Amino acid sequence: MLKVKDLHAYYGKSHILQGVSFEVGKGEIVSLLGRNGVGRSTTINAIMGDVDCKGSILFNDEEIVGLDSHQISRKGLGIVLENREVFPTLTVRENLILGIKNMRKTGRWKIDDMFDMFPNLKRRADVSAGALSGGEQQMLAMCRALMGDPDLIMVDEPTEGLAPKVVDQVADLLTEIANRGVSILLIEQKLTIALKISARIYVMGHGRVVYEGTSAEFEKNEQVRKDWLEV
Amino acid sequence: MLETVIFSLLNGLVYGLLLFLLASGLTLIFSMMGVLNLAHAGFYMLAAYFAYTISLYMGFWFGILLAPLIVGLIGGLVERYGLRQVHQFGHVPELIFTFGVAFLLEEVVQFIWGRDQLAYNKPEILEGALFTLFGADFPIYKMFMLIVSVLIFITLFLVLKHTRIGLIIRAAVGHPQVVGMLGHNVPLIFMVTFGVGTALAGLAGAIAGPVLGTYPGMASGLGGIMFVVVIFGGLGSLGGAFIASIMIGLIQTFAIAIDGSLADVLALAGIIVTEETFMYDIWSTTMPQVAPLIPYLMMVVMLIFRPTGLMGARES
Repeated sequence: MLKVKDLHAYYGKSHILQGVSFEVGKGEIVSLLGRNGVGRSTTINAIMGDVDCKGSILFNDEEIVGLDSHQISRKGLGIVLENREVFPTLTVRENLILGIKNMRKTGRWKIDDMFDMFPNLKRRADVSAGALSGGEQQMLAMCRALMGDPDLIMVDEPTEGLAPKVVDQVADLLTEIANRGVSILLIEQKLTIALKISARIYVMGHGRVVYEGTSAEFEKNEQVRKDWLEV
Repeated sequence: MLETVIFSLLNGLVYGLLLFLLASGLTLIFSMMGVLNLAHAGFYMLAAYFAYTISLYMGFWFGILLAPLIVGLIGGLVERYGLRQVHQFGHVPELIFTFGVAFLLEEVVQFIWGRDQLAYNKPEILEGALFTLFGADFPIYKMFMLIVSVLIFITLFLVLKHTRIGLIIRAAVGHPQVVGMLGHNVPLIFMVTFGVGTALAGLAGAIAGPVLGTYPGMASGLGGIMFVVVIFGGLGSLGGAFIASIMIGLIQTFAIAIDGSLADVLALAGIIVTEETFMYDIWSTTMPQVAPLIPYLMMVVMLIFRPTGLMGARES
C-alpha cells in the first residue's frame, strides 16, 4: 500500500534522510522506532508533502513525491502530528468537521462514532479544543484525521506525555482503526505500545533504516534495542 | 457641546469602519500567510481610480461595484503569480515584494491618471444633508459609507462564523500546513483570501475616493494608520482590528473637535501661560494639531506594554 524507497531530505546543508526505505501493507500496523533526531518525523512529514524530498514514495502504486499536502491527503493518507496540532480556538466539533474532506460522502467514520468511543469529547463538543487535556487533544487529533476517511494513517508519538490509562486508550483506538481496514504507521520512541499492537517494526538511526523485522523477532533482539533505542 | 459629541461620534464611526474595511483584509492575510502586505493601501488607491474611470462611462454605482471586483481579481493574480513564487525564499523577500508592488501601484496610477486630484464625485442622490442638527448638516454620503461598511462587517462575520469555507479560513489562521494535511486546498484558500482582502480594500477606496480625495498620495495617507490599527488590535485578530479601528476613528475625530491646548488646562488651575513661559510651544499646541500623532503614539505605547496588541495571539 505504501512503499517508500531511497528517500532523501535536507534541512539547509544537513542531510537528514539518507536513503530511507520501508513498506506498509494493507490493514497492517507498522512501527517506525528510533531515538530523537534520527529523522522519523521528517520521514512522515516528507510522505505528507510538507518536507521537500528526493526518492520514491508509492501510495497505492502511485508516485506522490512532489504533490501538495492536500493532494496527498485526498489520495487517502492521514497524519497525526507530534504535538497534536488541534485548532485551539475552534470547538471540538469544529475540529472534527474540518477533518471531513468531502461533505457529500460518508466514510468509515462519523462524528457520532467518535463521540461514542470518547464520551469526554462528546461532553465537551462545544468547548474550545485548546481547553482540553493533553490526552483529550490526542484523541481529538486522531479522530479528526479519521474523519477524512484515510486508508493509511501515520501517527507521530501519540503516547508522549500521557498518563498510563490514557496510553491504553490510544492503543485501543489504534487497534480499532486497524480492525476497520485502515493501515497504521506508528512513530514511537518508547516501546510502550509499539510491540503490543504492531506486526512489524522498523528501527531508524542516522537518517536510514537500520533494522526491520516482526515484533516477535525484534523482542528477542536485545542488541538492536541497545544499539539504536536505549538512551 | 452635545452637537460636537454627536457629530464626532458619527464621523468617528464612519472613519473607523472605513479603517476596518482596510484592516480586516490586511490582518486576515497576515495571520494566514504570514505576509505583511505593504501594498494593501495601494490596492485601496487603485480601486478609487478604477471607480472614477468606470463612473465616467457607466455611472457611480457600477464604479463602486466593479472597481473592488477588478482590484480583488488583480490581488488574487498578484498572490498566485507573484507572492507564491517568492514565498519559498522566506518572509523578507515576501515583504520586499509587497513593498515593490506598493511602489509599482503608485507609479502606475500617476502614469495613467496623472498627479492631480481627480474630480471623482458622489452621485446626486447622495449629495446633500441627511439631517440637520443644531444648525449643522450630516451628509447623506457619510451615512451611505456607514451602511456599506456595516453590511460588509456583518457579511464577513457571518461567512467566517457560519460557513464551511469560513471554518477552514479560521483554522488556516496560524495553522495552514495542518489544514493542508487534512485535505483542504491551502494555496487556493490563500489566493481567495488575498483576493477578498484586496477587494475589501478596494471597496474602501471606491467609497472613500469622493470624500477623502482621489490622488496619488491617498495610499500613503491612510496606509500608516491602517498598520497602526492592525498592530494595536493584535496582528491576526479580526475582533482586535474592529475594536482598534473604531477606537482610532473616534479618538481622531474627537481630538480634532476639541479645540484646546495644555495652556487652557493650566489656565483652569490658575497658571497663565504666555509667550515668555518655558517651553511655550508645547503648552500652546492644540489638540487638532496633535491629532494625527495620537494613533502612532498609541501604537508605540501598545508595543511597549503589550507587544501582542489588544487581542493578538502570542508569537510561537
